[in-house]
Amino acid sequence: MNFPANLKYTKEHEWVAIEGNIATVGITDFAQSELGDIVFVEIETVGQTVGRDEVFGTVEAVKTVSDLFMPISGEILEKNAELDNAPEVLNSDPYTAGWMIKIKVADASEIDSLMSADDYKQHIGQ
Amino acid sequence: MKNTALYQTHIDLGAKMVPFAGYNMPVSYAGIKQEHQRVREALGMFDVSHMGEFLISGPNALDLIQYITTNDASKLEDGKVQYSCMPNGEGGIVDDLLVYRMSETKYLLVVNASNMEKDWNWIKRQNRWNVDMQDLSDNLSLLAVQGPKAVEALQALTSVNLADITYYSFVTGTFAGVEDVIISATGYTGAGGFELYIPNASATKVWNAVMQAGEAFGILPCGLGCRDTLRLEMGFCLYGNDIDDTTSPLEAGLGWITKFTKDFVDSDKMLKLKEAGLQRKLVGFEMLERGIARQHYPICDADGRKIGEVTSGSESPSTGKLIGMGYVATAFSKVDSRIFIEIRGKLIPAQVVKMPFYKPA
Repeated sequence: MNFPANLKYTKEHEWVAIEGNIATVGITDFAQSELGDIVFVEIETVGQTVGRDEVFGTVEAVKTVSDLFMPISGEILEKNAELDNAPEVLNSDPYTAGWMIKIKVADASEIDSLMSADDYKQHIGQ
Repeated sequence: MKNTALYQTHIDLGAKMVPFAGYNMPVSYAGIKQEHQRVREALGMFDVSHMGEFLISGPNALDLIQYITTNDASKLEDGKVQYSCMPNGEGGIVDDLLVYRMSETKYLLVVNASNMEKDWNWIKRQNRWNVDMQDLSDNLSLLAVQGPKAVEALQALTSVNLADITYYSFVTGTFAGVEDVIISATGYTGAGGFELYIPNASATKVWNAVMQAGEAFGILPCGLGCRDTLRLEMGFCLYGNDIDDTTSPLEAGLGWITKFTKDFVDSDKMLKLKEAGLQRKLVGFEMLERGIARQHYPICDADGRKIGEVTSGSESPSTGKLIGMGYVATAFSKVDSRIFIEIRGKLIPAQVVKMPFYKPA
């Protein structure tokens, strides 16, 4: 399994890419593998300001449904509309084509609480 | 947690394993959708050795079976199989099962892993005929080789003419060099194929032989994940989801295996229920908007009043439709009835449809 070193991670199995004050968020390779075939993603929070650890959407796989949690607080600027047509990219390419939302970071200090790739690997026992 | 005889084989194949009914079982290998499609189009093999097998024998074996099951086992001939239900004394269901007639005085009952102990104790309590009962569950492996290519692929492994084994029939014969394999034209997928009952010691040998014989046909090892989506597309009930100790076989649409031509546990209760009319029925539905109905989600009318509950739901990998099953008040059970599934606080419209959800070509 692949966990790029340039990304940050959460214990809820999301990855975060920070660029200036914009955070791009998706789910990790481990998360997509645990979920199995993903059927669709529901994100109806674009334009809203959502706090850290709060739910910003859900992901439905064949076997199960899972909530998506905000890794850091902020306004949800945009979601990946391509996921509506091709949710399977979350399984095949979770870190690039499978990005989910872009957040305007509200509190930069929250970034420090995110995990490194090595910490995340340890978290999932890999 | 128990392992089947094929545990190491699954690990070596990279299966994702999950605990199920006290066993470590493969839920998927390549992915649920891919395995599902392969079974529909060609061939897949499932290890379902967690299932329970009870051998019931003696001069009064049929009396016991007739009493504990809803279907009429007296209609069985040697080499025939019957789908049946065990009522629980309160009008509900102890388990659903397959009844194999090995001979006039010997029957094999195949039961769900999750109910094995409950079933055994229940049958024992009903056994006033002192019929001999043997639990073979820990000695037998069960492989389900399912898909339209099954006959063609497996024929190389046996001299038994597989094409002659009609649906819900079986032959005991030598298979892949292993003697006394029960070759049963049954399954839980609607895709055709066989279920093979094999002594544990030979399970790996048969698994490997089938994988090799199936290679040219694109065989894939398949897990419990696609077993569930395959059975749901066919509208087959899953114990613990669609039927349980609180549901009547009549409500579950299993009237066709409930025969009032004989006396059985709860036959009076069920006849009364039938005459009084059912309050609720198990129906199939299709979502009209995006949303997957999951077990226990409320089913509502247009005003948001609860009229039932979802028992199973998924995307249908064969059709891409979002399908489900659930109990609804009888007034909403007709085909085309509009119902609503409450998904995370929102009412998503759905429509009652006829099952199966998918008809194999």
